[in-house]
Amino acid sequence: MAVQSNLKNMVLCLFTTCLVCSAVLAGVYALTAAPIAQTNAQLLQQSVGAVLPEGGELSEAKDLEVGGQPSEYYILSENGQDKAYAVKSTVVGFGGPLVLMVGVTADGKVYNTSVLSHTETPGLGAKCTTDEGFMAQWKELDPAVKILKVKKDGGDIDAITASTITSRAYTLAVQNAIDAVKGMGDASTGASVKPKEEMENEQ
Amino acid sequence: MNSKLQLITKGFVKDNPTFVLLLGMCPTLATTTSAINGLSMGLATLFVLVLSNMAISAIAPVVPDKVHIPVYIVVIATFVTLLQFLMQAYTPGIYATLGLFIPLIVVNCIVLGRAEAFASKHSIGDSALDGLGVGLGFTLSLTVLGAVREILGSLSIFGWKIPGTGDGMLAFVMAPGAFICLGYLMVLFNKYLAKK
Amino acid sequence: MEILLIIVSAIFVNNIVLAQFLGICPFLGVSNKLSTASGMSLAVCFVITLATLVTYLLNKYLLVPLGLTFLQTIAFILVIAALVQMVEIVLKKVSPSLYQALGIFLPLITTNCAVLGVAINVVTKEFTFGLPSHMLGLGEAVLYAFATSLGYGLAMVIFAGLREHLALSDVPKPFRGVPIALITVGILAMAFMGFSGIA
Repeated sequence: MAVQSNLKNMVLCLFTTCLVCSAVLAGVYALTAAPIAQTNAQLLQQSVGAVLPEGGELSEAKDLEVGGQPSEYYILSENGQDKAYAVKSTVVGFGGPLVLMVGVTADGKVYNTSVLSHTETPGLGAKCTTDEGFMAQWKELDPAVKILKVKKDGGDIDAITASTITSRAYTLAVQNAIDAVKGMGDASTGASVKPKEEMENEQ
Repeated sequence: MNSKLQLITKGFVKDNPTFVLLLGMCPTLATTTSAINGLSMGLATLFVLVLSNMAISAIAPVVPDKVHIPVYIVVIATFVTLLQFLMQAYTPGIYATLGLFIPLIVVNCIVLGRAEAFASKHSIGDSALDGLGVGLGFTLSLTVLGAVREILGSLSIFGWKIPGTGDGMLAFVMAPGAFICLGYLMVLFNKYLAKK
Repeated sequence: MEILLIIVSAIFVNNIVLAQFLGICPFLGVSNKLSTASGMSLAVCFVITLATLVTYLLNKYLLVPLGLTFLQTIAFILVIAALVQMVEIVLKKVSPSLYQALGIFLPLITTNCAVLGVAINVVTKEFTFGLPSHMLGLGEAVLYAFATSLGYGLAMVIFAGLREHLALSDVPKPFRGVPIALITVGILAMAFMGFSGIA
């Protein structure tokens, strides 16, 4: 069976194994790095695209403070004018972080929302990604007309059945995103505004 | 020829890794929230099992006895990491769902167990077949458990919703349902084996 | 406040065995008797906390700066294996009585996925604990690992207690052994679900 062990061949064997394995992994890593980056970019593109109107050009990710913590956003512009923003907004849900992508148009309305990641309870809070009634109400929602609170708290948002905490968190995430876009100042010339400083002025 | 076939089929019932040998319980319970998830986890483990079995059977004759466990673990970890890269690149959705349990294949007792008990003593070809057999058995049990939990928990099967049904019993998708379902499946399995 | 949240969340809400499904094999394997269960829990507690400390530092000061994060899985499992071996040797020399209590469990711990699971979770996942989601700092990481392993011990000891009673009851034949144990854990997990949402 196996070779008799002595210090020399043990060290040699372990060392060679580690070396060969690391080399193999480094090689595969180099080969798959490009496809992985591409897949991630594609996924992001999909999530950003889903919450924004069609047409126009999408910017790179830019830094923005949302709900008091560093986050990022993307600008959709057409003919040099900002048309809409996709804002990544993170809040604490029922089971942990709830991360949304919120599309806000230049006139301050919500275009659409989507969930990037969540840890809500399957079948209850997790319905925020499947419940059609709940998802539909965010589409083209005008915060000037509707009060962004769940009905239990005196607002206009229909909560997911038996998942008020998730629904509240979701609503807060959207509100934070809208506030962050507002904080950028005059939305139509948003490109010239430095978001972070504006946020501090607001506060 | 017959013995080769036996290498593949023994994992299904007689030496089923989940129901008989009780190995790899963590991924079995954690990832079987639906039939698809169970199937994917099974296939991921199968991939690592076959490749690590082959590699270990090839290097076993030159590995000194006292360091064979660390060497095997490094080899297994290499294939697991390789799988992580491939999944990140080509099946990001499944990778996100299975999450932590992909890197944890490294410490799945099935993989190291087969390396120790079989691959280190047999030829590369037989080791590959053994990995395939055990992996298929594991995949089968995970898929069955996933399917049962999906039917009870969300009244759908392989993502296809049974028409005209409601929400299902949520507990079966969540943690308690995993334990209870596996417990009852084992009971059925025991009854079946006792009858034979 | 955050410290309290980390502890409550790690022990009760996201209990490592009952909600995260980590470390099930030893959980089922050595929970027949209360005494072995508490011995194993202590050993796991020790190794998880130590391993998380070491892997966290390794990841932050070696793997990330050198761009070697692709070696994470390999590096972590090797560190854990070496650490377990070292703990065994040191214990044998320093405290033979503790070694006698924990010794037989130590070799089992290398392949306990709870250890690798917590180590990987701590460096890859974002946590909340009442704050906006963030990566854990060193202090938080170690505290989280320690609290998680306490949760492991808690589940283990409760379950061992249940099993000691179960051993005396008349269980139908096909249910005997692991199946009835699994069903019991299921009911225990259901009880622990009552904690969800408080942290």
